[in-house]
Amino acid sequence: MLEHHLSIFFTAIFEENLALAFFLGMCTFLAVSKTVKTAVGLGGAVILIQTITVTVNCVIYQYLLKENALNWTGISSLQGTDLRFLGLISYIGTIAAMVQILEMALDRFYPPLYNALGIFLPLITVNCAILGGTLFMVERDYTPLEALNFGFSGGLGWAMAICALAGIREKLKYSDIPAGLRGLGITFITVGLMAMAFMAFAGIDI
Amino acid sequence: MAEPKNTDVLFDPVFKNNPIALQVLGICSALAVTTRLDKAIVMSLAVIFVVACSNAAVAALRHYIPTSIRIIVQMTIISSLVILVDLFLQAFIPKIADELSVFVGLIITNCIVMGRAEGFAMKNGPLVSFLDGIGNGLGYSVILLVVGFFRELFGSGTLLGYTIFPLVGDGGWYVRNGIMLTPPSAFFIIGLFIWALRTWKPDQIETE
Repeated sequence: MLEHHLSIFFTAIFEENLALAFFLGMCTFLAVSKTVKTAVGLGGAVILIQTITVTVNCVIYQYLLKENALNWTGISSLQGTDLRFLGLISYIGTIAAMVQILEMALDRFYPPLYNALGIFLPLITVNCAILGGTLFMVERDYTPLEALNFGFSGGLGWAMAICALAGIREKLKYSDIPAGLRGLGITFITVGLMAMAFMAFAGIDI
Repeated sequence: MAEPKNTDVLFDPVFKNNPIALQVLGICSALAVTTRLDKAIVMSLAVIFVVACSNAAVAALRHYIPTSIRIIVQMTIISSLVILVDLFLQAFIPKIADELSVFVGLIITNCIVMGRAEGFAMKNGPLVSFLDGIGNGLGYSVILLVVGFFRELFGSGTLLGYTIFPLVGDGGWYVRNGIMLTPPSAFFIIGLFIWALRTWKPDQIETE
């Protein structure tokens, strides 16, 4: 059991890193990685939201949407229902709602973190890494506990990747890059090299 | 604001104001689906359909959407369209739909779709928004097709499944370039594509 969870944890961080192996959340990944400070803030927000939404969506999927999922209600007309076609719309609804709730809760109860995350919280609704995490959870049919683990480790892997890229980009300011490659072009190639480095983790089995 | 010309709206996003190369939008789901050309084509068509229709729908409703909840309304429109596309693909080309796996669903959070709905459709009429959607979808497709073309050609020696370079294993001369099938190659190709595009159109160079 523990081994299984450790395996999910390390696979999600290294082998199947959401950013570097699946290219998820690339828009924010490239746009908000200019300085390490903002990258850390965004990374923290992603870990938090990813952990919550993947778990909540997992509960929704397992107990409401999946084939035969409504059998636990005991109501005969609900036996054998299959609401999977409503999946996408409910997941994105959950994500948008969670982000909104978290924003209000943080503002009310823990203002320092709210101020630190700032504009990144609302941005996260449209971060594909969040929806992607949920969709992978559905595809792999995780239980809620596995989903909690996967959400956290997936978010952590993404956060580590964006912090690493931000570090590299801060140093890149001092290098002399061909004009056409400046900015976005060289960032793409840097991310490519990082992704290659991460491929070295492939095949590690725990 | 001057009325934008329809042809400009349609063709500007392809090279002049490309959503991926210049606006940094919608890279997320773009790269993982480009290991083969056929997957890239299906994905492009799906995105063109979703951007164009969501743009038209948002533009038609723009006077009725309260500003405070517009994101949720746009999300609902977009996800309904994506569900349509998803079910359509699963019904008619289940094999490719399987390989695209989660990336069809991820069109919802593709920033091109959201970005155009928010940035263009909320301010313009349905017809011109529809064209803008098609144009941006095309700009996205150009990158996807270029990347898919090179990755399939050099990675597997085929195009759309037809052999172009006969592989050594089958008695030909081409040794497959394994890195083209792995994620990093997509980044290199897009990086080089941006370099080529900016050399051709120097006004896009970042002055940082």
